[in-house]
Amino acid sequence: MISLQLAIMIPFLAALFIPFLYKKIPRIHIGWIVLIVPTVLFITLTQFIPSIAEGKTYLHSLRWISSYGIHFTTYVDGLSIIFGLLITGIGSLVILYSIYYLSEKESLHHFYIYLLLFMGAMLGVVFSDNLMVLYVFWELTSISSFLLIAFWYHRKKSRYGAQKALLITFGGGIAMLTSFMMIYFMTGTLSVREIISSIDTSHTLFVPALLLLLIGAFTKSAQYPFHIWLPDAMEAPTPVSAYLHSATMVKAGIYLVARFTPVFGSHEVWFWLVTSIGLITLFWGSFNAVRQIDLKALLAYSTISQLGLIMSLFGIGSIAHQFGAAENAVMYTQASFAALFHLVNHSTFKGALFMVVGIVDHGVGTRDIRRLGGLMSFMPVSFTIALIGSFSMAGLPPFNGFLSKEMFFEALVNVSQSNVFSIQAFGILFPVIAWIASVFTFVYCMMIVFKTFFGPYHPEKLEHPAHEAKIGMLIPPIILAVLIIGIFIFPNILGDFLLRPGLASLYPSFNLDGMLKPISIWHGFNPALWMTIGVVVVGIIIFRVQSRRKSLYIPPGKWTFDQLYNSTLEQIELRGSKITSRYMTGSLRDYLVYIFLFLGISVGGIFLFSNAFSFDLSSNAPVSLHELLIALTMMAAGIAIIFAKSRITTILLNGAIGYSIALLFVLFRAPDLALTQLVVETVTTALFLLCFYFLPKKEKEDAPQRTKRVNVLVSILVGVIFVAVALSVQSGRLFESISTYFNDAYELSGANNIVNAILGDFRAFDTMLEVIVLFIGGIGVFTLIKLRARKGEDNIENQ
Amino acid sequence: METVIIILAGVLVTVATYLILSKGVLRIILGTALLSHAAHLLLMTMGGLKRGGVPVIWEGDGIYTDALPQALILTSIVISFAVTAFLLVLAYRTYQEKNLTLMARGLKDE
Repeated sequence: MISLQLAIMIPFLAALFIPFLYKKIPRIHIGWIVLIVPTVLFITLTQFIPSIAEGKTYLHSLRWISSYGIHFTTYVDGLSIIFGLLITGIGSLVILYSIYYLSEKESLHHFYIYLLLFMGAMLGVVFSDNLMVLYVFWELTSISSFLLIAFWYHRKKSRYGAQKALLITFGGGIAMLTSFMMIYFMTGTLSVREIISSIDTSHTLFVPALLLLLIGAFTKSAQYPFHIWLPDAMEAPTPVSAYLHSATMVKAGIYLVARFTPVFGSHEVWFWLVTSIGLITLFWGSFNAVRQIDLKALLAYSTISQLGLIMSLFGIGSIAHQFGAAENAVMYTQASFAALFHLVNHSTFKGALFMVVGIVDHGVGTRDIRRLGGLMSFMPVSFTIALIGSFSMAGLPPFNGFLSKEMFFEALVNVSQSNVFSIQAFGILFPVIAWIASVFTFVYCMMIVFKTFFGPYHPEKLEHPAHEAKIGMLIPPIILAVLIIGIFIFPNILGDFLLRPGLASLYPSFNLDGMLKPISIWHGFNPALWMTIGVVVVGIIIFRVQSRRKSLYIPPGKWTFDQLYNSTLEQIELRGSKITSRYMTGSLRDYLVYIFLFLGISVGGIFLFSNAFSFDLSSNAPVSLHELLIALTMMAAGIAIIFAKSRITTILLNGAIGYSIALLFVLFRAPDLALTQLVVETVTTALFLLCFYFLPKKEKEDAPQRTKRVNVLVSILVGVIFVAVALSVQSGRLFESISTYFNDAYELSGANNIVNAILGDFRAFDTMLEVIVLFIGGIGVFTLIKLRARKGEDNIENQ
Repeated sequence: METVIIILAGVLVTVATYLILSKGVLRIILGTALLSHAAHLLLMTMGGLKRGGVPVIWEGDGIYTDALPQALILTSIVISFAVTAFLLVLAYRTYQEKNLTLMARGLKDE
């Protein structure tokens, strides 16, 4: 037996080679080569069955990011092998079907690359033991599903559906990731097996982690109210719908719920959420399915509904954790058993039904129920398969859906009499909702068969005359149909070899040997049987009544979740652009106001709240009159700049300030500074005057009064904060200056002038870079003046 | 003395901020020039004012004013000069090419 890591990687590796093979071997349909991958994997996985049935598990670990505890660990037990077999088995059938479904004109290599990516990712999800690795594969399934839904990317609806699916499943994925991080925080491990034994149910993060995990599972499995992406994902090619959106990907959420039942299942919230959301989804999906006119949309809603059914069964199954291994836990574990059973059954019949719808679509060019009818005599094989699939979904004998439906009813009747979690109050609702939903299920199953294959045949409404599909296209649904009946006749083979070990992974601490009843086709006149009979009777009546109506379609009301989704997206876009255009005005002045205000608020705020202000005059040098006069002159000059009317006055005032600073430098014993300042100020003033000469005489400063007032306030704020910070810093000397070291400049560097010694010797690196700055400035000025855009290439931004 | 200089620098900062917030390109550049003046004064003050002789080793008593801030200011003067010169030429070129001397008021007004 190969290591599971390799098995997971094989589809990815195969996807790498597809483009080469596609180009190299143009004569063979690339699908035939792809088909090898899932088939080989399926056969490999079947070899695990006998030992797993004996209770063995396989664990294999590869190092990935050891420092974070992330290992590529695969874990094979009963639960994951069920999913693994479904993924590879249905995958093989779907690829075989797609070989005949997709024409050679499609970009087939893309299709199969995406499909193989999906398959590998899905195998990764079910076999990973490490939460982070599971998350990686989880998102990969979302991405590959996105690519597959938008396979016909030139269609607007495909792109819409793909985006919707991606947004919703990614949102859930991120919730799940958050939950995983909480779990890691609580338990200190990322391994699912270790989490089960070390989780602390009383931890404060336990319930948040539980909720976030469920959001992840519900979005992926299209549970209410996150189900809206699934009907729109029907824009994908039909093999994709059959594979991803009925048999595998939508069950990833269910897998997650099943996998985490031992972790969270003992909590009341888990039971209530999983069960009630499952039942609501079951009802809502079946109710909406009846209203559809597109066969694929109908199947999409039926998938939603059936997933809700499975979900609610797992919810009921979680009660068993309340009782431990006691005798009365058996009936609840029976619910989980039913869930696993229906999971397999649903994959078989829903896969078959999607394939049949694809055949019908392929054959006559439409999936619209109103245009179809009377295809029975033209497509006898497809009809038979559709009949088997639909009746199985409706829960009729002799098909496998009957058995799981009976077990479902039985579980609901049992739980309504339960005495934990104060179920008594609402318990009666469970079987009632389930029964109504089953009636709807029955109705839409009848619709699939009778609206499509019975009734009058309208050749004028169809694009092509009806004819039976090629045999290759029929083989996969035939195999599934045989399985449907086979499972009905020999349910215990499946039960003993797959479902029972699968159940063991849900209840690791239980000893299930001998606790579970074998599945029996006939189990006496119990409430479940009466409920089924009731479903059939009422269903037939409703179907009859409804058929009289001209149009089956009831348009959805105004308040749907689709509307909510669309308007949310619209509003986010609208509000976002509004907010952005409000504060991103494009005016430099506004941005400067933000920056200055932020400076004022953050620095000023910290200053205020930390009581940092201090004022100490004692260390100040004495003030002489002439110094004071200079300072006052500068202040006056500065203020005068603001009020100066003509531009030349402002430039001269600036020059005056510059020269006064040079004077101050002289007084403060800084001859080099005074010298430089004088020269620089002269050159700068000259430059200002040069600019002044070329610029137009008058520039209007006609800012509105309000703007001016804000400007004044902001500048005063900045000035006050500047003074406050400077005074406080100046007052408190923390340690002595290091400048005494430089005072030995003569001994150290042979220089008399200490400032020059610092610039040219101690800290010459600064000087070098400063020279470079000056150099770059010079080059910049030169290029600005010299280089002109040649004709024809100027003003690119204006075009 | 330090307090006086700090208040002086504060006034210069206020004026500079006000000028930078105005529309005329030349006034904005003037504002940056004033701001660098204020920064130099602050640097100077932080080193302590008039605490000894000119930092040139002569036959003095060996007590000099802090030379390090002076070196820093010298570097800063040159850099701000380079930037101011570049900005001025940029303003001149903008006027030549686009006939603009005022900052745009905002995207909405255009």
